[in-house]
Amino acid sequence: MVGHNHRYTLMELMVCTAAHQLEDNKTAVIGTGPPLAAAMLAQKTTAPNLIILFEAGAAAPIMEKLPISVSGSATQTRALMHGSMDDIMEACQRGMVDYTFLGGAQIDMYGNLNATMIGDDYEHPKVRLPGSGGSNDLASLCWRTLITMRHEKRRFVPRVDFITTPGYLDGPGAREAAGLPPDTGPYKVISTLALLSFDPVSKRMRVDSLHPGVTKEDVIANTGFELLFPDPLPQTPEPSDVELRILREEVDPQGLIIGKAGEA
Amino acid sequence: MVERIHELVPRGELFMSPDVNAAREFFRRKSRAMTDKRLTVREAVERFIHDGDYLAIGGFGSVRIPTAVLHEIVRTRKRNLGFSGHCATHDFEILAAGEVIDRCDISYVVGLELRGLSPNARRFMESGRVKTVEWSNAGLGWRYKAAAMGVPFLPVRTMLGSDTMRYSSAKLIEDPFTGQKLLAVPALFPDVGVIHVHSADIYGNAQIEGVSIVDLDLARASRRLILTTERIVETEVFRRDPWRTSIPYWLVDAVCVVPYGSYPGEMPFEYTSDERHLAEWVEAERDPVTFAAFLDKYIYGTKDFDEYLAQIGGEERLMELRRLEPLKRSQEEP
Repeated sequence: MVGHNHRYTLMELMVCTAAHQLEDNKTAVIGTGPPLAAAMLAQKTTAPNLIILFEAGAAAPIMEKLPISVSGSATQTRALMHGSMDDIMEACQRGMVDYTFLGGAQIDMYGNLNATMIGDDYEHPKVRLPGSGGSNDLASLCWRTLITMRHEKRRFVPRVDFITTPGYLDGPGAREAAGLPPDTGPYKVISTLALLSFDPVSKRMRVDSLHPGVTKEDVIANTGFELLFPDPLPQTPEPSDVELRILREEVDPQGLIIGKAGEA
Repeated sequence: MVERIHELVPRGELFMSPDVNAAREFFRRKSRAMTDKRLTVREAVERFIHDGDYLAIGGFGSVRIPTAVLHEIVRTRKRNLGFSGHCATHDFEILAAGEVIDRCDISYVVGLELRGLSPNARRFMESGRVKTVEWSNAGLGWRYKAAAMGVPFLPVRTMLGSDTMRYSSAKLIEDPFTGQKLLAVPALFPDVGVIHVHSADIYGNAQIEGVSIVDLDLARASRRLILTTERIVETEVFRRDPWRTSIPYWLVDAVCVVPYGSYPGEMPFEYTSDERHLAEWVEAERDPVTFAAFLDKYIYGTKDFDEYLAQIGGEERLMELRRLEPLKRSQEEP
């Protein structure tokens, strides 16, 4: 789905929406792809002092180009520190990392993510996926977890095949009962159809706003579980011309991320 | 979805013993002699990597990986290796191509970060021939740290409540001070660790530049340690700037000089990754027959890593990758 007046693409809308969620003077562990474009855009607009960390050890780089690997040289240019993975992960565990951005093959109404396997038999998966990587650590230990996903029924499922990464597990109190740090968990989901968050009491996924041109029915038809909707239902703010210019000219001039069609 | 056990009890197999006294006995007998440890990759693999060993690789998938050793493991058709699949991408792609492993601790395998998934590694892992246990990057990395510290486990706050924990071989414990629920991740002492470094002397003192990922702990946790290095430098280099030493020589069993040793991955401050060749791997993997021919050309049919480098375009291509590297050492700045 392209922005209805063709001023911007869906990916550009998602990247800008993601950037809006990040506050200035905060820390964020970021992976490669659309979340990094969002963090770099935030740095060039509303959050100039956002501290970007990479799980392999790079801290506060000034990036010249979008990295392919979270450990590569492109994450390390003009950094303040070339550290280690334990340095970054221990900062998360200590409570010093505010945001992280994750994705996955499946998500459920409590924001649990699957990136390990598709199927019902762990020993014989239908599809073997990479596994947690740093995802479980970041979602367990950072204060606020942001998630980007393609909004499809096969991805927004009643129960994920494998909880690679904990959301609110099976509901209120479950993270704390499992021993996870209090007051952590999924914060927002930026999907290809909507901006979503989690009800503070029930911990269930709810729609915050619909992307321009998307209807409530579109979202319901593409979600495998019951979502909560506010009334009235706002529209996700459109990217400004300034944001689009910075995104296209400074963040991703080669179109590596924004050239893709909503492949979150 | 996988069967949910109501009790959140991890049930994965523990492939390596976290027995710290056994590790101490091993390290007690490990040579501290300051001897010339230079070996060819062939010699180092023959001497220090045996069928059935548990292997761990430094770097991060396509960044600072010891490709020459990985190729040699495949070329010499090692069998039944255990593997620590920590941030593994192209390194795992190579090992899966040779089908050399039969058990794997996984935090990240099969995937190639933004480059997608390895079709052959997927087929291999879906075949049921590899026993797997799940971890997170920090969970598995902290297992090296426990081993490096010489303690049998570390209490951590990650993986709790997830299926990643349930399919791991960690244990739930209670904090004796506060009663808080914690996860004990067991020390992991690999039989052999292999790390690619920027520079080493002939004894094994080594410098890593750029992010170290988990390699400082891995070097200390490994029973045997093979280094491949971009270059050999004088020991005086370490004595002059000792704070820059990443690995001291007494941890090291072999030093192999392998310029461009992380190719087709990147080496921070040296050369960038060869995206064209990495894409060629993924493309060839789509069809098993094509892939067999591809492996014959680049691994089984080559005598060593130099022949591989010659095949992919030799010095000309490598110099191009060197020019494209975004990280410059400060003394190189204009």
